[in-house]
Amino acid sequence: MKVFLLYPDRDFDLSKPLPPLIEALERDLGLDILLNTMAQGDRFLYQVARQVLLSIQDDSAVIAYRQGILEDCLQHAGVVQQLYRIPLEFLERKRKYLLWISLRHSSPGSLLSSARQLIESSLDLLRQLRQIADQNCKTFASEGFRRFFRMIQQELNDAYLEVVKGHIQMLRFPHGVLLRVRLGKGNEGVDYELCKPNGANKNWLQRLFTSRSHSYSYTLHPRDEAGARILSELRDRGLALTANAVAQAAEHIESFLHILQWELAFYMGCMNLSNQLTAWGFPVAFPQVAPTSEHGFSCRGLYDVSLALTMGNGVVGNDVSAEGKPLVLITGPNKGGKTTFLRSVGQAYLMMQSGMFVPAESLSASLCSGLFTHFKREEDGTMESGKFDEELSRMSTIVDHLTPHAILLLNESFAATNEREGSQIAWQIVDALLEKGLRVFYVTHLYEFARRCYEEEGEKILFLRAERLPDGTRTFRLKEAHPMETSHGMDLYRRIFGVERQKSMAG
Amino acid sequence: MNNFPTVSILFDKDVSLAQAVAQPDCLHDLNLDQLIDAITGPKQEYDLTPFFYTPLRDPDTVRYRQEVMRDLENESLIEHIKAFSKGMSTVRRYLGMAEKLDFEYHRMGWTLEAALVYCDTVMAVSPHLATDSLRSRGLRAIREYVEQYVSSPSFQVLASEARQVKQALEEVQYSVIIEGGKFRVKRYEGEAEYGIEVEKTFEKFKQTDAQDYLKRIPERSGMSHIEAKILEFVVKLFPEPFAALTHFCNQRFPFIDERIQTFDREIQFYLAYLDFIADLKRRGLPFCYPQLSAASKEIYLYDGFDLALAHAHRYNQQPIVLNDFSLQDSKRILVVTGPNQGGKTTFARMFGQVHYLASLGCPVPGREARLFLFDRIFTHFERAEDVRTLRSKLEDDLFRMHSMLAQATPESLFILNEIFTSTTVHDALLLSREIMAQLTDRDVLACWVTFLDELASLNEKTVSMVALVDPEDPARRTFKVVRMPANGLAYAMSLARKYRLTREQLKERLSP
Repeated sequence: MKVFLLYPDRDFDLSKPLPPLIEALERDLGLDILLNTMAQGDRFLYQVARQVLLSIQDDSAVIAYRQGILEDCLQHAGVVQQLYRIPLEFLERKRKYLLWISLRHSSPGSLLSSARQLIESSLDLLRQLRQIADQNCKTFASEGFRRFFRMIQQELNDAYLEVVKGHIQMLRFPHGVLLRVRLGKGNEGVDYELCKPNGANKNWLQRLFTSRSHSYSYTLHPRDEAGARILSELRDRGLALTANAVAQAAEHIESFLHILQWELAFYMGCMNLSNQLTAWGFPVAFPQVAPTSEHGFSCRGLYDVSLALTMGNGVVGNDVSAEGKPLVLITGPNKGGKTTFLRSVGQAYLMMQSGMFVPAESLSASLCSGLFTHFKREEDGTMESGKFDEELSRMSTIVDHLTPHAILLLNESFAATNEREGSQIAWQIVDALLEKGLRVFYVTHLYEFARRCYEEEGEKILFLRAERLPDGTRTFRLKEAHPMETSHGMDLYRRIFGVERQKSMAG
Repeated sequence: MNNFPTVSILFDKDVSLAQAVAQPDCLHDLNLDQLIDAITGPKQEYDLTPFFYTPLRDPDTVRYRQEVMRDLENESLIEHIKAFSKGMSTVRRYLGMAEKLDFEYHRMGWTLEAALVYCDTVMAVSPHLATDSLRSRGLRAIREYVEQYVSSPSFQVLASEARQVKQALEEVQYSVIIEGGKFRVKRYEGEAEYGIEVEKTFEKFKQTDAQDYLKRIPERSGMSHIEAKILEFVVKLFPEPFAALTHFCNQRFPFIDERIQTFDREIQFYLAYLDFIADLKRRGLPFCYPQLSAASKEIYLYDGFDLALAHAHRYNQQPIVLNDFSLQDSKRILVVTGPNQGGKTTFARMFGQVHYLASLGCPVPGREARLFLFDRIFTHFERAEDVRTLRSKLEDDLFRMHSMLAQATPESLFILNEIFTSTTVHDALLLSREIMAQLTDRDVLACWVTFLDELASLNEKTVSMVALVDPEDPARRTFKVVRMPANGLAYAMSLARKYRLTREQLKERLSP
């Protein structure tokens, strides 16, 4: 019985580590706000959303599979919530009746009885699951949900549920335990193993007369407490294997429900996000997925989702068409929306590749095999040379993890030295990356570098510039345009210092 | 088997050679004390430290050990010998345990186990010693002995009887039925296991392998009165196999051969060392068997390193820096200068360690080496002032130097690390010249770490070595110590190249 709501043919592999350098990516793209909206205060939802969003998935079939399921979820929100409550209820009962299975402190005997109770308490939830499957197998459209409901109907049929009930009764041992034993090292009894007495189905009178084998028996003195303890220890030894089997059975049920909870949680998060964005009037769209090799990227109204969730309104979307352009070079004035655009690109890739909708009116892009950010570190108190050293070291680490078809988002990289040196190094790096087929989005002030790109690799590059109107105001929109030399830091300077300067001049 | 000559795997001739009990003085300064602790630590039960505290002077005995060590570098052989040792250790543990047991059939049961393990262990190792690839005199002698022992009638009878008795006991199966404060014991009559049935029913929910809830009950060396009672009933239900056990124990105990036991202890010397260096070898660090001479003082070591440091860094990725030294013709003294924390002390320790380890017959850290068989190693490392003596530090330095020089012979080795730091440079230089003259007179081999550049070119016996820094970043040490005149020389390296980010480096890194 497999849940398979994230992959058509496998579970989500929790043990698989997230891609390398993911913490930097998370911070640089401002994902915390996005994830918090998906989670709505639920730590479990947060954790699941983070795991799925960040484990970049480059199989277009899987993406289509998830998109289908997500569409069903958005259509039948009520049923999905009902389904999601089943594992939650199981956890709730487990907590309420203290039914956890503790490894260290419980003897096989008590392990067995608490595991038996856990199974017992899951029985009606399994029945409920069957009921939901019976009622909805026709109304859901996605391949993923249809398979899931079909499986539940087959595996949890009435006959099976009866067998489970039978075991629950048997495991109370109304007639004592029979243990088979062998002689081990030093003639110590080993392999104590619980067996079903021959003729376990006959009544006690019949058993009395059929059991004729020769035996020796011993009754403990009522005050022999040590003896009683040892006897129960031996009983425990014999129960160990069966207790293990019952505990594992309970764990199997629990892990099935846990995976159900886990995989549904991702879609619950997507539903939360969709609700929030739509309520505030932000567009969302399912993206068109193109093959990895094409360097495709076109969008209309692509916005920074974290910024949108913070501001609530007034967020500007960008229209960009960079089909077949491995390098997108973004220049222009400070605070003009360059970083915001870079973030929105990174977020769109992550969301697209996890099977989600994207924050845009429309978007089509080719899949990437990895996503890396190299952003200028703002709070760095060290000397300039140390900072440049740090930048290069960080870049080198990224290079260690690069795969063909990875995407790099560079934000003012290699600017921690003079322009000539920075440009030289940026050029060497970008030139090599492009030659090796990687895709780069680069926000830069290195004019020397931008000029060289324009002159030597012009046809491979889309140049974007943060728009600045003649009066100096910014539209936060990016326009296709050649690089210009100044970054308009003076604008910022004037705005911030202007008032005081006039004041002081007046004074 | 008592007519067979004595065999030692550690000594080719004088088996009764006195083994040191106390640590030689130099071990602490060279960090060899921690090294030996780490080497022998996992093998406490064999008491190996005396072997490691006794450097050899006879080149032939050193070769005898090097031969054994080389033979043991054969991975399959060493695995079989380790299995043998593990077996012998189990035998001792079982017998020790049996001695303390109260119930007769319980005690005899463990004695039988010990005998079974002993026979299996000795028989298992014998064919693996019988390979043509054995080159060492030591292991060949052992092979011959073990072969004779295994084929002897007394051993053969021991092994076959033990097996028969065990087999009969293994066939016994019984049932214990527990209900309340009462139990019943009977023969087992084919009742079916219940756990499997439960497993099958719930298998469909299985997502991944569930965790193991099975309670591990440790191997016990005691038996409660309840278990004794059960065993008593079992003996009544199955009398024959227990009668055979009693007979076996009366006839065959004790059964361990003394020479097998000695071999088991002595071979640990080699296993301990090879185990210790195995991880480092896997990390690509070189080890070699040095040529050794008690006559020629022309020595060299290529790609050597401080073994204690490499061991301390075994869990981190920090690369170990390899260094060379070489003293040819009349050269005798390495003078090491360079910045603090630059690897000078490490270099000096390496110089001492390789000599000491070589004298034990061990492979040394390095790619190739030729070393001298010393009579003693004298070390003088900076020490915290001892408040109990009334001498000043300088006085103490001189006192120690004097005492060492008084005991030294031309066969001695000196390792001096920053002596005379507690006085003026002028004085230190004067004193050092005096000491240098004395060392030169005695023609000893030495490695001298100093902050005095002048010492490096003092006379025709000195060779100057310098610890290098990275010219790009003088705060960074390279830990490379090279032969050059005592002044630093920088080599340029661009920052991008350092991080392998030039266009060419990047293209190469990104090529599949």
